[in-house]
Amino acid sequence: MTRILLVVFVRDLMLARRIGGGGILGLVFFLSLVTVVPFAIGPDLRLLSRIGPAILWIAALLASLLGLDRLFQADQEDGSLDQMLLSPAPLELIVLVKCMAHWFMTGLPLVMLSPLFGLMFNLDGPALRSVAATLLVGTPTFTFLGAIGAALTVTLRRGGLLLSILVVPLAVPVLIFGVSAAQSATIPFLTPFLVLCALGLASIALAPIAAASALRSAGE
Amino acid sequence: MDKIQRSHLLIEDLSVARGERILLGGISLQLSSGQIAEVTGPNGVGKSTLLRAIAGFFPLRSGRMSWVESEAADSVPLAERLHYVGHLDGLKSALTARENLEVGLGFLGRDRRTALQALDCMELAHVLDLPVGYLSAGQRRRVALARLLIVDRPLWLLDEPLTALDRHARALLKAIVAGHLGSGGLTLTATHEPLGLAGTIQVRLGTR
Repeated sequence: MTRILLVVFVRDLMLARRIGGGGILGLVFFLSLVTVVPFAIGPDLRLLSRIGPAILWIAALLASLLGLDRLFQADQEDGSLDQMLLSPAPLELIVLVKCMAHWFMTGLPLVMLSPLFGLMFNLDGPALRSVAATLLVGTPTFTFLGAIGAALTVTLRRGGLLLSILVVPLAVPVLIFGVSAAQSATIPFLTPFLVLCALGLASIALAPIAAASALRSAGE
Repeated sequence: MDKIQRSHLLIEDLSVARGERILLGGISLQLSSGQIAEVTGPNGVGKSTLLRAIAGFFPLRSGRMSWVESEAADSVPLAERLHYVGHLDGLKSALTARENLEVGLGFLGRDRRTALQALDCMELAHVLDLPVGYLSAGQRRRVALARLLIVDRPLWLLDEPLTALDRHARALLKAIVAGHLGSGGLTLTATHEPLGLAGTIQVRLGTR
């Protein structure tokens, strides 16, 4: 069982590395959004550092949504999904591992680069830390919530749009608590951060079940 | 190897529907170790649907499907006892033939042959480290069929296995299927071109 899941993880990393696209695309999108905003707003450093965490979070949400439509679709199109259904490992766990691999390739680089991008918004040390910490919890939550949408739209060729419509409402609470924790100047950090962690854990526990059942019915 | 034991696949009055539309109805079939059945019928009659329903990708609307293994005390789900090779080959173009087979092995578990041995049986050892995207349709098909050999599973569901195969590869596949039947396996194919093995059970769809 563990070996099956390890194979799924390694395979998805290998595919992401060979085919490219997904991970880099999200990162470039994140970078361009974060670079453009200070130009649009102007050189008001106080304003920038006040809205910086929110902009970083919005950019992270949109960047996470970007590559998600291919999460299961690529496997559905070439019949790999059928082989996964024949596996002794439950589809729920395979989905869980696929989401982890996806986050590893798309979400994690984003989290690691967020302090660098935070400098563009004149964020100070503690603010950079809290943005990175909240994104570290928030981006996997987006990936897992997005997996539900990706599984529901797996048979649709242009499912990206529908996926965003399905996932963004679910992501709003995550965004609210994430940004309030990141802007810890006004609100204490820990309370919203713990709620954010709870949302993340709930999505990791529940989303694979929802996504797997959507995938099973997609085979029909 | 646990394949010598007798296994039976029993399908009674199976029907499959998508929404309100009945795709297949009243299919009955009995298949035992060493037997091969060929599902034939015109295009669109539901041959692939039948195979996918047996594989468990489709929920049954009615009817019964049972899998009996004489020696297996614990009931293993049918999905873990079968191979399915369909129109979509389940291969990743970006991965090499070896990586694809190792992934297939990883998904299905319990290896019998290595990727090299399985490809050797399909006479494809020379493409082992080529990305599958570079292969021809027939070669891709053979890599997909090599998955049958890499993991030991008694029931083979083959949807149009001869598509894109040349005459030599067809003979090769026929020999492999015969070997599988000889060691107590079961095979169900949906095809327009018979494999031509002796004792083939004919299942004709489209006369309802």
